Amino acid sequence: MANQLTISPSPHIHSGDSVEKKMYGVLIALIPAFIVSLVYFGLGALIITAVSVLSCVLFEYLIQKYLINGRTTVGDGSAILTGVLLAFNLPSNLPVWIVILGALVAIGIGKMSFGGLGNNIFNPALIGRVFLLISFPAQMTSWPQPGFFPLEYADAATGATTLSLIKGHFGELPATSAMVLGKMGGSFGEVGSLALIAGFCYLLWKKIISWHIPVIMILTVAAFTGIMHAIHPSQYADPFVHVFSGGLLLGAIFMATDYVTSPMSKKGMVVYATGIGILTSIIRLFGAYPEGVSFAILIMNAFTPLINAYIKPKRFGKEAKNG
Amino acid sequence: MLKTFRIGGIHPPGNKLSVHRTIEVIPVPQQVVVPLSQHIGAPATVVVAKGDAVKAGSLLAKAGSFVSANIHSPVSGTVVKIDDAVDASGYKRPAVFIAVEGDVWEESIDRDSTLKKNCELSSKEIIDKIAEAGIVGMGGATFPTHVKLSPPAGMKAEILLINAAECEPYLTSDHQLMMEKGEEILVGISLLMRAIGVNKAAVGIENNKQDAIRHLTALAKEYPNIAVVPLKVQYPQGGEKQLIDAVIGKQIASGALPISVGAVVQNIGTAFAVYEAVQKNKPLFERVVTVTGKQLAQPRNVLARIGTPVSALIEFAGGLPDDTGKIISGGPMMGKALVDTSVPVTKGTSGILILSEPESKRKEMRNCIRCSKCLQACPMGLEPNLLATVSEFEDWEKAEQIHITDCLECGCCNYVCPANRPLLDYVRMGKGKVTRIIQSRNN
Repeated sequence: MANQLTISPSPHIHSGDSVEKKMYGVLIALIPAFIVSLVYFGLGALIITAVSVLSCVLFEYLIQKYLINGRTTVGDGSAILTGVLLAFNLPSNLPVWIVILGALVAIGIGKMSFGGLGNNIFNPALIGRVFLLISFPAQMTSWPQPGFFPLEYADAATGATTLSLIKGHFGELPATSAMVLGKMGGSFGEVGSLALIAGFCYLLWKKIISWHIPVIMILTVAAFTGIMHAIHPSQYADPFVHVFSGGLLLGAIFMATDYVTSPMSKKGMVVYATGIGILTSIIRLFGAYPEGVSFAILIMNAFTPLINAYIKPKRFGKEAKNG
Repeated sequence: MLKTFRIGGIHPPGNKLSVHRTIEVIPVPQQVVVPLSQHIGAPATVVVAKGDAVKAGSLLAKAGSFVSANIHSPVSGTVVKIDDAVDASGYKRPAVFIAVEGDVWEESIDRDSTLKKNCELSSKEIIDKIAEAGIVGMGGATFPTHVKLSPPAGMKAEILLINAAECEPYLTSDHQLMMEKGEEILVGISLLMRAIGVNKAAVGIENNKQDAIRHLTALAKEYPNIAVVPLKVQYPQGGEKQLIDAVIGKQIASGALPISVGAVVQNIGTAFAVYEAVQKNKPLFERVVTVTGKQLAQPRNVLARIGTPVSALIEFAGGLPDDTGKIISGGPMMGKALVDTSVPVTKGTSGILILSEPESKRKEMRNCIRCSKCLQACPMGLEPNLLATVSEFEDWEKAEQIHITDCLECGCCNYVCPANRPLLDYVRMGKGKVTRIIQSRNN
């Protein structure tokens, strides 16, 4: 025989799926939201996304190459994804050095300190974002107002977000169409509700994620805020405002569904998503912060190992009587 | 909605390259090597000696215990030696080597091909004939058929299920057998029904074999108790537990037998072998094998004598391609990679699949990203990632707790893993270990 035969146990074929396909698939799903953010926040959105992605990739490469002395896996797309998600959670006028610092915390502390992709407990992009929110509260809550391909970056005119408007006394809320399309103040990647939902459809179509986490999480927030609104319509905004403003859609579709930090079984996903929904609503309605999605996701990330340990998939024949 | 099993499963590309290829008879080779262990259970005890003359159908070895099977000579000629030979498992095991002279069959075998429907035999007589003929599960599991037809005391079968799912990619031997031997198969099914005393049978066929579904449905009009059930294409539908769930909607508990839900499952190829054994007195010494592969010149379905070297089948299908990387006995999901082409065809050889060099290579393994694709694919509702990890770290107690012994080694988890983790390698090792621990505890 001309060549040596390969001897290995079955199965002998593979679906061809890969970590890269999953990660780049999520990146493709983020394109519509990115386009919306460019339309409304222009140059600022572009600069911050570019800086965040480059910093994340660079930090991951440097840490793997020189601190761990191991194989570098920046090609798998997960660092790019962390970079994009971090950027999408920032205001479009944030100084570049703060973005770089956020990327360092996201990759260095959120991801690599645990052993890299697959081993982290918390969503790295959210670790970076919450670190910045706590460290730079002023810069992290000055929200540029949407324009049409604005070219201002650091000197953009700022205003309030929808959620901060309803937090104090009810100000002039954006029109319904603006909330759906994204023409409102906020982190630049979170505003394009319709674009984010388009991305969700893509993720479902490509079977990258299942519907459970986003749908349950959004329904929980809608139910919770809906009940509170019914009790005190003058004090609490209606559920539509809660679903279509702030980071709920971005968080539900792209952050809470992070494979590594979310539960494995469908039932576990439901518990996890319900938990995020309740925590988000509580922080939004009763907490000091106008927005609570990031905190809620990080808190439920911590419960994920517990959920995995106790909530198991339905085993074959479990209900059957032993004959 | 087509029926299928309810938990997990995957849908790999069918690649049924040899579909609709007429079953062709492979010429009898000059020498055959007949392993004494072609079935689950004890090896057969050899009853011939060097120098003995045998005919096709002569008994070579007797069942070594209840769970074992007779082995007959597939050819006429002289026993050259009884020696070790490498089989599909890769191990050297005892086999009978026979130099072929002519092609004389035992006189008791009815070589007339006319259909014989009538049978006056009792259940026990049918089972005895099946045991005598050395029939084993032809789908590849090779469990002795007479054992499956003899349920433990107190258990009563209600329905016979015939597995014609042929859910493994590439394989087409069952499909072609249904097209060419449909009537014989239905007689075989009737015999099996009589053997276990049931008046209901269902043949589960995946929907990618429309012509076979139509053909058998038409033929089954004469057999009101035999239903043909089209199934949604989904692997591993041919798994015994999955087929039962798909066809009659009952799930067998962990560790229990199909008879616990009143079902007995037999492969469609086994039904044909039963027909030949009972109606034509023909022991199991040849079978239909799919010889296939994308690089192979002529993928086809062949009728080969047991003991024929795999190399003869490959030659018959156009010769071994240059860039061959792997030769598999069986299908790509559960088949075994062969060490070389001298390995003989045995009762369980459903296919010979040639994979090219690039197709044979596993890709680089990554960290588990906990995407849960393996959980969703597992047809037993297990957690393959966790089973693999506890096996890797040799935590056998935990492995048993999380039901490692339920694994049917279908390979769905490996197939879907985006991180290319060898999940089943670990789980299979762990399952073997835990099974031995349980056995030693029970003894």
